Amino acid sequence: MSQTPKQLAADIAAACEGRKIRIMEICGTHTVSLFRTGARSMLPEGLKLVSGPGCPVCVTSQAWIDLACDLAARDEVTIVTYGDMVRVPGTAASLETLRARGADVRIVYSARDALAIARETPGRQVVFLAVGFETTAPATAATVLAARAAGLENFTILPGHKFVMPAMAALLADPDIPIDGFLCPGHVSVVLGTGAYEPIARDYHRPCVVAGFELENMLAGIAAIAAQVAAGAARVENVYTAVVRPEGNPAARALIEKVFQPGDDLWRALGNIPASGMALRDEFGDVDAMARFNLTMGSDVHPPGCRCGEVIQGKLTPAECRLFATTCTPQRPVGPCMVSSEGTCAAWFRYNRRGQAASQSRPTP
Amino acid sequence: MCLAIPGKILDVQDDATDVGGKVATVDFQGSQIEASLAMTPEAGPGDWVLIHAGFAITQLDEDEARETFESLRIALGEDTTQATEASENTESEL
Ligand code: SF4
Repeated sequence: MSQTPKQLAADIAAACEGRKIRIMEICGTHTVSLFRTGARSMLPEGLKLVSGPGCPVCVTSQAWIDLACDLAARDEVTIVTYGDMVRVPGTAASLETLRARGADVRIVYSARDALAIARETPGRQVVFLAVGFETTAPATAATVLAARAAGLENFTILPGHKFVMPAMAALLADPDIPIDGFLCPGHVSVVLGTGAYEPIARDYHRPCVVAGFELENMLAGIAAIAAQVAAGAARVENVYTAVVRPEGNPAARALIEKVFQPGDDLWRALGNIPASGMALRDEFGDVDAMARFNLTMGSDVHPPGCRCGEVIQGKLTPAECRLFATTCTPQRPVGPCMVSSEGTCAAWFRYNRRGQAASQSRPTP
Repeated sequence: MCLAIPGKILDVQDDATDVGGKVATVDFQGSQIEASLAMTPEAGPGDWVLIHAGFAITQLDEDEARETFESLRIALGEDTTQATEASENTESEL
């Protein structure tokens, strides 16, 4: 029988009695939904929610953004990308500013659209910016396979897809990041399945609970984590059973495996994480924009004063960044966490500009 | 980025340019979007699917789909309208 939000909040409060619990939500959509539904305001003093590296735009390194800008500046190149990427500031420019200066940058809803553009403009080099986690990567993989089948020679991707799990493990290896449990992403888990979190629960002894985006569902997820912490348990649980299955979507994972292999990857602030990125398999080397355009990844520098790196590791709240809501706003973002609508800084700007603690922030219902 | 929306498959067409060979027309709250069935090869007309970036990423049963839509609407408010408009314009912040 499902409980009301009030009952769930009471359960959470009971589990927090006499202890502090820090829960990390990995998914950017959770970050936003936790504010929007008012879930944050129902949580007790002792429970702290911190945002993790779950916004694909935010975890992309500046060095990678600079590569995309380098490509966009070339006459023969058309950049095809999801919308959020265009506003992320690179070292010298963003894709948006380059577009204003005449670069051919197109925003699409689906990787499939990139293929259509390549087909329609045979004289141009079409580069798809492949970012996102396991939810998005199968779409890129399917598109690469379709490009191969169609013999499209003017289509490449700039590989930037990432696996969620190695980042979770990297965070847990850092003693400065105390996390008692994870609220696991709903739609990444559609592909991964709940089984993927077993190593985190077992090897790192942290509860992992998969939840959807509804108020009751998120509170049920938090209650399940809090109850486990109180009992000293660490299991994988799923409160989003309507959508997420234990085995995930094997067909989607097979697409990823066919096209990509795990490779070292540079994450914003987290640095290089072994086997965390999706590199193209050797047989798809000709679809790799890095090789076709002779690109080498530069070093990762960050906008001066921007603390996005600490924000996505849950070390700092946006309000603790000196630029938050002063120099840095969604209209004039300094860092990626303020660009994406799912970015933690953008969510705080919208719902919690004064930077109150979770338990005191009360958005109007 | 990882947001996915539930919709009902109206029709499935063969499409040689798609890896799975099948593309569906999906109804999402009255507007129609195209989605590849490469990850949900068993889905057919009348089935509910969860769509992400032009691909059906999982099948849902109808009750689940309604619930999911309800939760998305609450979670995202006006943003779901934006998502629909965005898919029509093939421009989105997903
Ligand atoms: S408020 Fe702006 S500058 Fe500060 S961490 Fe967030 S995105 Fe970076």
